Amino acid sequence: MELINKSDIQARIDALRNQDLYIHLEMTNGAYAAHFDSNKHPASIVITNTKVRFGHGAISGEGPYRIGLKMELGWIYTEGLTHYEEQDTERLIMAGHDGQGKLVVALQLSKQPF
Amino acid sequence: MTHTHKQILVVLPHPDDEAFGASGSLAIHVYNGAKVTYACLTLGQMGRNMGVPPFANRVTLPAIRLEELKASCKAIGIEDLRLLGFHDKMIEFEEPQLLDGKISELIQELRPSLIITFYPGYSVHPDHDATGAAVVRVVAAMPKEERPIVQCMAFAKNTVEDIGRPDTIVDVRGFLKNKIDSIRAHRSQFQAPELMGKNKLSDKELEDRFGMERFWTYRFND
Repeated sequence: MELINKSDIQARIDALRNQDLYIHLEMTNGAYAAHFDSNKHPASIVITNTKVRFGHGAISGEGPYRIGLKMELGWIYTEGLTHYEEQDTERLIMAGHDGQGKLVVALQLSKQPF
Repeated sequence: MTHTHKQILVVLPHPDDEAFGASGSLAIHVYNGAKVTYACLTLGQMGRNMGVPPFANRVTLPAIRLEELKASCKAIGIEDLRLLGFHDKMIEFEEPQLLDGKISELIQELRPSLIITFYPGYSVHPDHDATGAAVVRVVAAMPKEERPIVQCMAFAKNTVEDIGRPDTIVDVRGFLKNKIDSIRAHRSQFQAPELMGKNKLSDKELEDRFGMERFWTYRFND
């Protein structure tokens, strides 16, 4: 994984417009969140291999980055992205890692299921 | 306030953005005879405050916040509320042509002499910054002599360091009732007990906390 290059990500988002894609969208503060700090409220979400299609999308911020994908009737939104898989030109694989390197958030798009 | 305005346009992304920073000044403008149009871009449907204990949910929140916004407008004296129909938290990702087009249409229709919005880059929430940036783009594209004054709210930590002190400070102490009623109208969002009837603040304390509103007049480059 490389640090996000904003203009490269924008170009890859533009190339994935108006087609059926599989999404993997995930966020977690970790199963041990409340074990380590009782003030934390453990929460997480995963949606994986669900089909989506967006007509317009953008990356925003100065890092960590935010991405919004506008679909026909709704939005996909992710905040906190730091890294992407630069070598993977077929799929757009992005994640946000915290100060310890742990994954906090992931947004992945692919023409084939993950 | 040195100017008297006939028509003012307020462009803000969320119901309640007007309450703390601009409701007193707007009440003064209305008192002085201005017609105020408030273009609210979203219904604040991504808000995390749901009341304590929660009385709203993700499905009911937009309708609840719309009613709160109408009550706030009534407290201020705003009679023309426009809902632009964008989605909360997504303003920064919208196609600029779509966003700018809606704001431009309103300016063409209303010909305001003053616009109140957020200062782009110094307003903390991405929706605030993106809304202010859209207003600035649209007004900058107008012929210089036709441009309305753009007054911005800003509250980023580095605001004064970067863009200086606010050039317009409005004493709203005479209109505190309107302002407090505007804040209270947003009951799902603000639970400050001192405003909601418990631990009531004295008039002096209210004036110290809410008596002044601050704006930065946007300076265009040309």
